[in-house]
Amino acid sequence: MAATVETSGIAPVGRRALRAFLRNPTAIVGSLFLAFVAMLSLMAPWLYPEDPLSMVARPFLWPGQNPAFPLGTDSLGRDVTAGLVWGGRISLAVGLAATCLGVSFGIVVGSTAGYFGGRIDNLLVRLIEIFQTLPSFLLLVVLVAIAQPTIETVTFAIAIVTWPTVARLVRAEFRTLRERDFVTAARALGFGHIRIVMLEILPNALPPIIVTASVLVATAILMESALSFLGLSDPNLVSWGSMIGSSRELLRSAWYLSAIPGIAIVCTVLSINLIGDALNDALNPRSPGIE
Amino acid sequence: MNRRRQMLKVVRRTLLQAVPTVLAILILNFALLKLAPGDAADVMAAESGAATEETMAMLRRQFGLDLPVLHQFLAYVGQIASFSLGFSPRYNLPVADLIGQRLPVTLLLMVSALTIALVIGIALGTAMALNVSRWPDRILSVVSLVFYSVPGFWIGLMLIVMFSVKFGWLPSGGSESIGAGLTGVDAVIDRLRHLILPASSLALFFIAIYARLMRAAILEVTAQDFVRTARAKGISEASVVLRHILRNALLPVTTLAGMHLGGILGGAVVVETVFSWPGLGRLAFESVLRRDFNVLLGVLLLSSLLVIIANMIVDLVQAWLDPRIELR
Amino acid sequence: MASPLLDVRGLSVRFPTGSPVIDFGFHIEQGETVAVVGESGSGKSLTALAIMGLLPRRAAATGTIAFRGVDLLALPEKERRAIRGRQVAMVFQEPMTSLNPVMTVGRQIGEVLRRHEGLSSAAARARAIELLDLVRVADPHLRVDDYPHRLSGGMRQRVVIAIAVACRPSLLVADEPTTALDVTIQAQILDLLDRLRRDLAMALILITHDLGIVGQWADRVVVMYAGRKAEEASPHELLAHPVHPYTRGLLAASPRLSAGANYRQGPLEEIPGTIASAAGEPGCPFVPRCDLVQPSCRVAPPPLVELGGGRLVACPIAAVPEAVHAS
Repeated sequence: MAATVETSGIAPVGRRALRAFLRNPTAIVGSLFLAFVAMLSLMAPWLYPEDPLSMVARPFLWPGQNPAFPLGTDSLGRDVTAGLVWGGRISLAVGLAATCLGVSFGIVVGSTAGYFGGRIDNLLVRLIEIFQTLPSFLLLVVLVAIAQPTIETVTFAIAIVTWPTVARLVRAEFRTLRERDFVTAARALGFGHIRIVMLEILPNALPPIIVTASVLVATAILMESALSFLGLSDPNLVSWGSMIGSSRELLRSAWYLSAIPGIAIVCTVLSINLIGDALNDALNPRSPGIE
Repeated sequence: MNRRRQMLKVVRRTLLQAVPTVLAILILNFALLKLAPGDAADVMAAESGAATEETMAMLRRQFGLDLPVLHQFLAYVGQIASFSLGFSPRYNLPVADLIGQRLPVTLLLMVSALTIALVIGIALGTAMALNVSRWPDRILSVVSLVFYSVPGFWIGLMLIVMFSVKFGWLPSGGSESIGAGLTGVDAVIDRLRHLILPASSLALFFIAIYARLMRAAILEVTAQDFVRTARAKGISEASVVLRHILRNALLPVTTLAGMHLGGILGGAVVVETVFSWPGLGRLAFESVLRRDFNVLLGVLLLSSLLVIIANMIVDLVQAWLDPRIELR
Repeated sequence: MASPLLDVRGLSVRFPTGSPVIDFGFHIEQGETVAVVGESGSGKSLTALAIMGLLPRRAAATGTIAFRGVDLLALPEKERRAIRGRQVAMVFQEPMTSLNPVMTVGRQIGEVLRRHEGLSSAAARARAIELLDLVRVADPHLRVDDYPHRLSGGMRQRVVIAIAVACRPSLLVADEPTTALDVTIQAQILDLLDRLRRDLAMALILITHDLGIVGQWADRVVVMYAGRKAEEASPHELLAHPVHPYTRGLLAASPRLSAGANYRQGPLEEIPGTIASAAGEPGCPFVPRCDLVQPSCRVAPPPLVELGGGRLVACPIAAVPEAVHAS
């Protein structure tokens, strides 16, 4: 049976890329740190079963003052460490969910435009262009403000402002890949469009999509933190951005309250970007990672 | 002469391309305005405290809110064509005036941040590319990645802690010392002192972007044949880099500098909020808090137009920098 | 006898991954044309870059490259730069990409004049027009302000040549100057190079993979294989009586020559294998593709044997007189 037209070497590419990735020391550091954050986030309900928004100690304990609260307490006597652990859940969840949504939608639009070309391509390219003209963070603020901030609307809104990046990339990949011999061969064998797109083209377009997705997770976490810093987040959930936002007025007396969650954001986002960079080096050695 | 005609052609083409984009953005803005909770009548009614059903209906008729959606949209477009963005009851000012007041300081902040980002980014990227795979490149690559990972609002707060609270060198907010009555050079210096921290916070992320872009662009150009031709002339390495490599590497960076202008505008929302900078970004944030969607969408519309204009300028600069543009 | 203009001895170019040029040498007299012939991967272009001092940073060159008695490899970079573009210049293979796309033709020519002759920009522009005229570009006073993308490949190669000869160098290295061009333009460019060599009293190193052009243009031919010299002779002798099995193979694989020299009908021959097939072996690099292999060939690369009249061959069959005149 002539099921596979050309195996296009995905498996060897994957293995070689994995080896290159594992040889990169910064990638290892990034992965380890991210794994650490992910573990803490998953274990939050067991580590800090109490609501992180509840008062547990004297307010304004500085880090190190009381070993029970290693990172101190805020103006309402809430445990900063508990906040960090619970906030990590929000950051990672929103970052991953928004990226999955955005990437999926971007793939659908980008592959349709790139695979079919012609009028539908023109139309979709216009749509992508319009979304790239709107200042994305401002659009994000407008969307969340209109829809009321909840974790779901924030996730959706971030996906809405990030999908064009993916769509653009996927379209470009599809336009080059659809001309390749193995696609022509698949067409000659009478395969349907969906089968060609899903089994022949998409697997070959995956490496750059994976790299972009990793960068998008980092971007989504930054966007979520900026939104919640501005107060555009679910008021019943603690997140790193909202911790900074609520202690902003206390900058002069208790700057550690702003510094600590910020360091958590920087380290998490940096570790994801380190991974993204290493993925980029491993998967497509010639192109830069950031657009 | 020939060159000028070419430029005019570029202007006409970009203008034509912008028309559908502007139209689509208008539709989107209008749709969002419709989706926003509470229309202008609600806002007015809330302002006046109490309103009967009749006055509400009258207000709606007065604002044309009882007309079919298409009519409303055409009225909206007509309104915008006459440079009116509606009225903000909260500020008791037409939205266009409000935005007009805030726009100059935001432009100042954005242009400063963009300049800082381009100058430092290009310098870092060049330094990285000229030392590729050696330790300066590796260190600067990680540094730029750190810059890329820092939230603008947080670095703003940390800069305030450091330079305003601890050292007391720079002001922590505002765009000028209000009521100080400074004039001449003192006023300029005062403005600059207020500008440094917000512009740097805003620039940081884009320094990283431009540095990485520049590095990639230089590496690509350096591998090209004409660089070897230049070296074969026996000119100094500095001339090779400046005249031949940088000049060509700057082309893609200019394009992307324009593309990121919208990003800088978005970043201005948070940075202006952190530094109480009285610009468009802060206005957007305030209008979110006050649920004044007329103002919020006015800012969104104007920012989009700004990005479109910036892209046109980039197209022109590109046509001016790259003699091959006529071929495309 | 006076020392030659350029004398390359024992030149090796090493990369971390291997040595594409090994113990290579040749010399060129004032006003002479020497062709260096070989297929891609033979190390001929790297030899040219080594003479120019333009090897990639990862590469290391050893041996001597004596130009007017001074070893270029021993000179500091600053002094090499003063020679480069002024006394030794180079023409490249790809005219389409060899010119800076955002600089006018006039400024690219003028740049080398301003560097080495200290001309003002106005004087450099005037000289650039003269040079464009010299290399037979029509309407030089108009073309001088054009950007490269408006010129055809042949025109661009003329501009590259104008840049190279701007400071009247005594040695011009032309690395496959016609490979990327149409056949009709090839002869024009080679004509131009030959005329410039005579008019400006230059020596010309013509690097090519095409034995077809050496007979007409070169005074001497050096055949290079896998980084070593295989054979050196006058073009007449080389084409009439090739000795080294590789040279014979090249001739047999060359359409115009095999037809012209032997009036032979039938298919062109092909040299089996590739140039890389002997990498890492101790003996003669041509062993895997040679049908006259001797036991000694597998032990070490055969030394160059002098056959008289300046003819050199690196093959044991050169010692067998009848083999020399067999073909």
